[in-house]
Amino acid sequence: MLLFIAFPIVSVVTQSLHTAHDQVIVEVENCGPFGCEKEVTVDQEATRKIREDQPLGKWAGLSVYLDRGHLAFQEVAESWKTRDSLSGFFSAITNLPFYRAMSFTLTFVVVVTPMTIILGFMIAVAVNALNQKLKGFVIFFSLLPMIVTPLIGSLILFWMIDSRGILGNGLQWIFDDPNLSLKASTGLTWIMLMVYGIWHAAPFAFVVFYAGLQTLPQDTLESAMIDGATRWQRIRYVIIPHIMPLVTFVALIQLMDNFRVFEPIVGFSAEAHATSLSWIIFNDLGGETRLLSSAAATSVLTVIGVGILLSPVLVRTWRDFKVKV
Amino acid sequence: MAAAAEQKSIGLRVFSSTFVIFWLILAAFPFVWTLWGSFKVELDFFSIADWTNALTGARTEVVYGSPFTGTGYEGAWVKEEFWKAVLNTAIVCFFVVCTSLTIGTLGGYALSRSGFRYTFWLLIIALMFRALPPITLVSGYLLPFFEWNVWGILPTTIIVLVAINQPFTLWMLHSFFQKIPKDLDESAMVDGCTRFQAFRHVIIPVMWPGVITTGLFSFLLAYNDFAVTTMLLAKENQTMVPKIASFLGTTQTEGNVMFAVASVVSATAPLFVLVMFFQRQIVSGLTAGAVKG
Repeated sequence: MLLFIAFPIVSVVTQSLHTAHDQVIVEVENCGPFGCEKEVTVDQEATRKIREDQPLGKWAGLSVYLDRGHLAFQEVAESWKTRDSLSGFFSAITNLPFYRAMSFTLTFVVVVTPMTIILGFMIAVAVNALNQKLKGFVIFFSLLPMIVTPLIGSLILFWMIDSRGILGNGLQWIFDDPNLSLKASTGLTWIMLMVYGIWHAAPFAFVVFYAGLQTLPQDTLESAMIDGATRWQRIRYVIIPHIMPLVTFVALIQLMDNFRVFEPIVGFSAEAHATSLSWIIFNDLGGETRLLSSAAATSVLTVIGVGILLSPVLVRTWRDFKVKV
Repeated sequence: MAAAAEQKSIGLRVFSSTFVIFWLILAAFPFVWTLWGSFKVELDFFSIADWTNALTGARTEVVYGSPFTGTGYEGAWVKEEFWKAVLNTAIVCFFVVCTSLTIGTLGGYALSRSGFRYTFWLLIIALMFRALPPITLVSGYLLPFFEWNVWGILPTTIIVLVAINQPFTLWMLHSFFQKIPKDLDESAMVDGCTRFQAFRHVIIPVMWPGVITTGLFSFLLAYNDFAVTTMLLAKENQTMVPKIASFLGTTQTEGNVMFAVASVVSATAPLFVLVMFFQRQIVSGLTAGAVKG
């Protein structure tokens, strides 16, 4: 099992340090009736041979990381030097694919995670107040958006918000603008993707919080009531502290899931307006020319990103673990 | 007293019921709508003229003489050979679940009974794998698979999915086994069982709830996966999800969005059934990690 984990990571790192071979170029002299001329052509035979001998490609060091498609230090430095304003600098940077993807991914993470938690908590409190028979029914439907395949879920919503679908049509009617299309503008596309993200993830938060509410100690709640706490105060000072560990847990899972947002972008065909790191890798790998080394470099950068994201948790777990031992 | 704590003002009750109903609509309406629309022609599903067409199926009635039509399903299943994708999905899911459960039960049992402190590292690896987008690993697998000429076939995909799934399965089963008291297999061994017999006759009968829950989650992973299956499967071997994605590429010209709609509905149906029967297991699996913190 370890082999399967370690192997792809090693493979990714090696690939990211290589790049495709240049074509072998030879100079050929063509002699015709009008004299000889020299011509530069690609030696297909030799190119194929060298590619077969060394499928990894030639050694490239860190250059793939630094090119325009990834960290693009050169371009960043360039636009920093020639900037006229700070916002101009940022808009120049967000034209670079890596930073563009990064900005969407981070916005997505920052917006969707707290919204999911809040919505999930509200649903959990509301459902908890229902009577026993209705609960099972409500939970059944609540699970659906989460269980359904992400790509399929996003397609279903995509068809609905199409300008000819029911939601798109409805929005046009509400805003009285027959040309309104959610797909056309970047801002609306981002909002759409985030709404999808919340819709998809809220059931998870709901289920976890709902389970937490079941274990709520009734005595504490009652004593708070005797002390004259209002309903809101009870939620604020009894319920929320009780489920705080669960909030941390949901936040952690959501951070990880939202960081790798990918399927909605394919489902909504939103790549013109929003890309994520996973999507860049997918795009590099697919298509006619499989840009393996470029994809690998992005993968390594993603892994580093995940590492940074998880490091506080890892440190805490390590500390807890040491205490236990 | 407990009853008094539950008492609410009418306004609050109305508000909370409205909110639940609102959420129910939000959660269920897209599915109902798509199911309803999948029996229509495209002009009704995307109705430019009048949105009520999508409900009544006016255009569908003009073309087929009845407001419902199975053309979308027929086109997807017969013409586009969606049944092949369904079959492939079934094969992939079956083998992924079986393999990861076999390794998971044996490994999880061994880990939970051994004295070493594997737990921490197991948890970390499971966590890391949960966090890594599967596609980063796929890019690592691709080149070797090309080199060994095993790209595009189902067994390769099954192995990769099992590998991605394994730390999670192992972690989950490990915590389930930890809940089964050690006395149980120790007393069996005192009675003269070997370690394996103790596992076979004592542990296996009591482990099913945990195994079913874990199996459900590996099934969902295999069923829902898009990144791995698109990248690693050749066109003839595609499973459902990449197949649906590939419909989209060709749909715009052909006007057969309805094929995609029909196959989306077909792919969602098994999940419905799954949630209906295993709701309790899914909920308990989701919360198992949380309660332990």
